[in-house]
Amino acid sequence: MKFFEKLASIDRRIIYLLLALAVVVPILLKLVLPITVSEPVKSAYAAIDGLSDGSVVMVSIDYDASSAPEVQPMLLSVLRHCFAKKHKVVMLGQWPLGLPFGEIGMTTVVDEINRAAQSPADSIRYGANYVNLGYRPGYRALMVGLGREFRDFFATDYRSAPVDSLPLMRPIHNYNDIDLLVGLEAGQAGDEWIQYAGARYGLQIVIGATGVVAPDMFHYMQARQIKGLIGGLQGAAEYETLMQHPGTGTAGMVPQSWAHLLLLAFIVLGNVGYFVMRRKKA
Amino acid sequence: MKKEIPLAITFLTGVIIVVTFFIPHQPLGGMQQRLLIWYSIVLGFTLLLGVDSLLRSNLQKIMRRAPGWPYAVVVVAGFLATLAAGIHTWATTKDLLSLGSSFMYIYTYMIVPLQATMFALLAFFIASAAYRAFRARTLEATLLLVTAAIVMLGRVPVGAEIWDKLPGLQDWIMEIPQMAAKRGIFIGVALGTIAMSLRVILGLERTYLS
Repeated sequence: MKFFEKLASIDRRIIYLLLALAVVVPILLKLVLPITVSEPVKSAYAAIDGLSDGSVVMVSIDYDASSAPEVQPMLLSVLRHCFAKKHKVVMLGQWPLGLPFGEIGMTTVVDEINRAAQSPADSIRYGANYVNLGYRPGYRALMVGLGREFRDFFATDYRSAPVDSLPLMRPIHNYNDIDLLVGLEAGQAGDEWIQYAGARYGLQIVIGATGVVAPDMFHYMQARQIKGLIGGLQGAAEYETLMQHPGTGTAGMVPQSWAHLLLLAFIVLGNVGYFVMRRKKA
Repeated sequence: MKKEIPLAITFLTGVIIVVTFFIPHQPLGGMQQRLLIWYSIVLGFTLLLGVDSLLRSNLQKIMRRAPGWPYAVVVVAGFLATLAAGIHTWATTKDLLSLGSSFMYIYTYMIVPLQATMFALLAFFIASAAYRAFRARTLEATLLLVTAAIVMLGRVPVGAEIWDKLPGLQDWIMEIPQMAAKRGIFIGVALGTIAMSLRVILGLERTYLS
């Protein structure tokens, strides 16, 4: 009976240690698992892929370091996809602490493309192919206000360059000039984009969200209020699979699988111990 | 007048914003945009108020040598160092997010690891808490346990390796029962928000004034 007693009360340090091993070992061994792409991610991919070349995609960086491992791979894949399709990218953010992640992601992808460019026409330039508007306080007010005029809130980009000095921004005044919004979300901003920019102005929206936020987005997907949903690290890995560019999303799938299996194993063990002990007491 | 003026401002602002949702044409549309810009500016000042509050409370803690005052020193020093790095980066590069700048150094090597570590620790606490709390004591707890197990496995590639129908089952749980419950909650929240907003606009709810 002592065995079952111990089973029902395993020391938390053992749980911590085994969980750490379940995460670290697959990363060190670079293990991979085949990834099946779900319908919401296929739809998100199709939404960007189906735009005509040179369309304007707005990317909203609404996350920070705590969610970056899940959402940053989505940003990289989406940017790669946009630039491969010759789309133009307007970046902004509702989370001030997330903005550097947007810039880091953009720099990574732009450098990657420019290194591989065969001619100047293949390269990506700031102001012509992409801009970073940065952060402005306002949140919902900003989302509604941009529907009328971007310049009322973003007179300059994040480097304080007037937006009209950027060729990409000259023809962009409101959501009528944006073909798709990709909201990368770790909180409520996804709901707000859908309610204030999507429902009110008809802006087409794709959401990339953390595993915690994604379940709140399923009803928008079912009601066709968003064009696609990239949910959690799994969603990021699925998008990387579609892009045939595996990254940290794909690499994270085995550690996440192992961690989930371990957690379930502990729950089962805890329940076995609990039931044996309960029967004994009865 | 202390109460009447804020109530009048709230009433007028609320009515204008609601009416312009349905009639976005001029002059109402322009008025709404003006109000939204004001809101954005006011929100910017609240960030300054936050900084003032943070510094004031921590400096007071240091002066009084209150319990935990060394942490307050770290907060103030961190704030001043980040501010100095931000000003230095702006003055030298005119690009606050310039990779390799002192500001981005602090962001990349201090803020990001600290935030990420805090969040990553949650995984360990959740694992320990799930092990202790997830007991099939009742029928409801058992249902929750089984559903959680299906979703946890169905959301990761190993689920399909164990049983190829697991991802489909997980999708069904997320799209039908989960969504039905969520919709009910969201409709309730939306109705509550409308009711509360009307109370605030009409001046029936005044607790925000105190």
